[in-house]
Amino acid sequence: MTIEARFSLSWPGFSLEVDLQCPGKGVTALFGRSGSGKTTLLRTIAGLEKATPGKLVINGETWQDDGIFLPTHRRPLGYVFQEASLFPHLSVRGNLNYGRRRVGHADHAHFETMIQLLDIGNLLERHPERLSGGERQRVAIARALLTQPKILLMDEPLASLDQERKNEVLPYIEQLHNALKIPVIYVSHSPDEVARLADHLVVLEKGRVLGSGPLTTTLARLDLPIRLYEDAGVVLEAVVAARDRQWHLARVDFPGGVLWTRDKGHPIGHAVRVRILARDISLSREPIFGTSIINALSTRIIELGDDAHPALCLVRLDAGGTPLLARLTRRSAVALGLASGDEVWAQIKAVALIA
Amino acid sequence: MLDSDDFAAIRLTFELATVTTLLLLLLGTPLAWWLARTRSRWRGPVEAIVALPLVLPPTVLGFYLLITMGPDGPIGHLTQSLGLGFLPFTFPGLVVASFLYSLPFVVQPIQNAFEAMGERPLEMAATLRASPLDAFFTVALPLAKPGFLTAAILGFAHTVGEFGVVLMMGGNIPGVTRVVSVQIYSRVEAMEYTQAHWLAGGMVLFSFLVLLALQTFRRNRRRP
Repeated sequence: MTIEARFSLSWPGFSLEVDLQCPGKGVTALFGRSGSGKTTLLRTIAGLEKATPGKLVINGETWQDDGIFLPTHRRPLGYVFQEASLFPHLSVRGNLNYGRRRVGHADHAHFETMIQLLDIGNLLERHPERLSGGERQRVAIARALLTQPKILLMDEPLASLDQERKNEVLPYIEQLHNALKIPVIYVSHSPDEVARLADHLVVLEKGRVLGSGPLTTTLARLDLPIRLYEDAGVVLEAVVAARDRQWHLARVDFPGGVLWTRDKGHPIGHAVRVRILARDISLSREPIFGTSIINALSTRIIELGDDAHPALCLVRLDAGGTPLLARLTRRSAVALGLASGDEVWAQIKAVALIA
Repeated sequence: MLDSDDFAAIRLTFELATVTTLLLLLLGTPLAWWLARTRSRWRGPVEAIVALPLVLPPTVLGFYLLITMGPDGPIGHLTQSLGLGFLPFTFPGLVVASFLYSLPFVVQPIQNAFEAMGERPLEMAATLRASPLDAFFTVALPLAKPGFLTAAILGFAHTVGEFGVVLMMGGNIPGVTRVVSVQIYSRVEAMEYTQAHWLAGGMVLFSFLVLLALQTFRRNRRRP
């Protein structure tokens, strides 16, 4: 179960050179700044751009290779464009039926499931121009899924929405994560969305792959966070273990320890993702008492690395097998004499429960 | 008032405009599609040729058509060898002339409509399993509908209003090639000003109504 993509494409002022292996299930985020080639890579996977030489194998099915190039309409994929591109001359129902009718037998139960999953049952007879941006994007996602694709490609589906609409659509996309058995490739330049949705992370810059791997370990790599600047940090997989109703806090456990965070109402035993930014971690040799910070973990330094600004450095820590990233000034690092292998306490100022 | 000659001219004019408009929509659409989407270096020259009737005096166009389609012209040889005879001074000859003369009025609005929709709707259709031909009929044509309406109205009205090309190509044969504009010319030459008035006034009214319809339609498009 893998996606194998190898593309070489050259335009005036831009080239894409990619050789990728991604898992054939779960959400793979293509992350990078605008101009990094992430949308081009997605369009190449869809066959909307032709990269030669190129090779694309999706879970054993060859879509492109030497002498093979399936045109887009023969590829069993779903594609969600950045701006909700619904057909303006068709109603929501007409839009949903467009792809569905073309894949042969129209499964009514599947139709009902998708309508419920994206909560668009009351929009069916409306016209696209009468929908909000968020509603349009939900219809576009349903329309893509109704073709029963073997892979779902999403090109910044939230980028054209304001924050409120983003928050409206994100939970639906998170649900897909659990409800779908097919792989999803999700293009984004938003570290928040990546932290919430991705299982696998591919970082792109100038048409090249800088790094590719599972989200948690890739985020903790010292050579990549530089590109994230303020957003450098890690994502942990944890489980809600206790809830303090008096102070509205929840305790989440992960292999490296326990963390207290704002209670978002998740039941005990619920699997959650926790995001900790490098700038929110400070280090000390001894445990600190008399502080307002409620989370402190005993960790070991793995390595120190450069940050974007010469005044700063990034420290990769190991908390019982889970990597963390801390951002310090170089002066502090020298003053404390930090070196790899040292035992230090990580004070964590903010722990964000993201899913 | 109008006599039977006038009515014959009116009927002929509308027959000519109808046949020409249908042919223009049928053949102009693939041309507009190609012009809207090609990256070929021939695009510029072809666009210029399509637009030529906008600037050329109709007599120039008519003159060359007469030469090429006549007994000594290449197209004349072709039609003769196919057993079709010669096209000048016949109704089919008028259709060919009107077709070329009104071509830009039909191709340009359709081409603009195809260009305005961009690639995105067709890409969407492709990701939803529609073949290019399928996408053309189910997405491109419906989205370009306003362009087609404008093209049909302009093509029809412009064919009704032509004079020079018809006179060069078709001459002035009652019931065969004598359209309204030529009939008006004949009436004036014969000093029959009353009939000329009725026909000319009718043309003014017709043209006004067509343009009014077009404007109203465009305004409604802008404010749905």
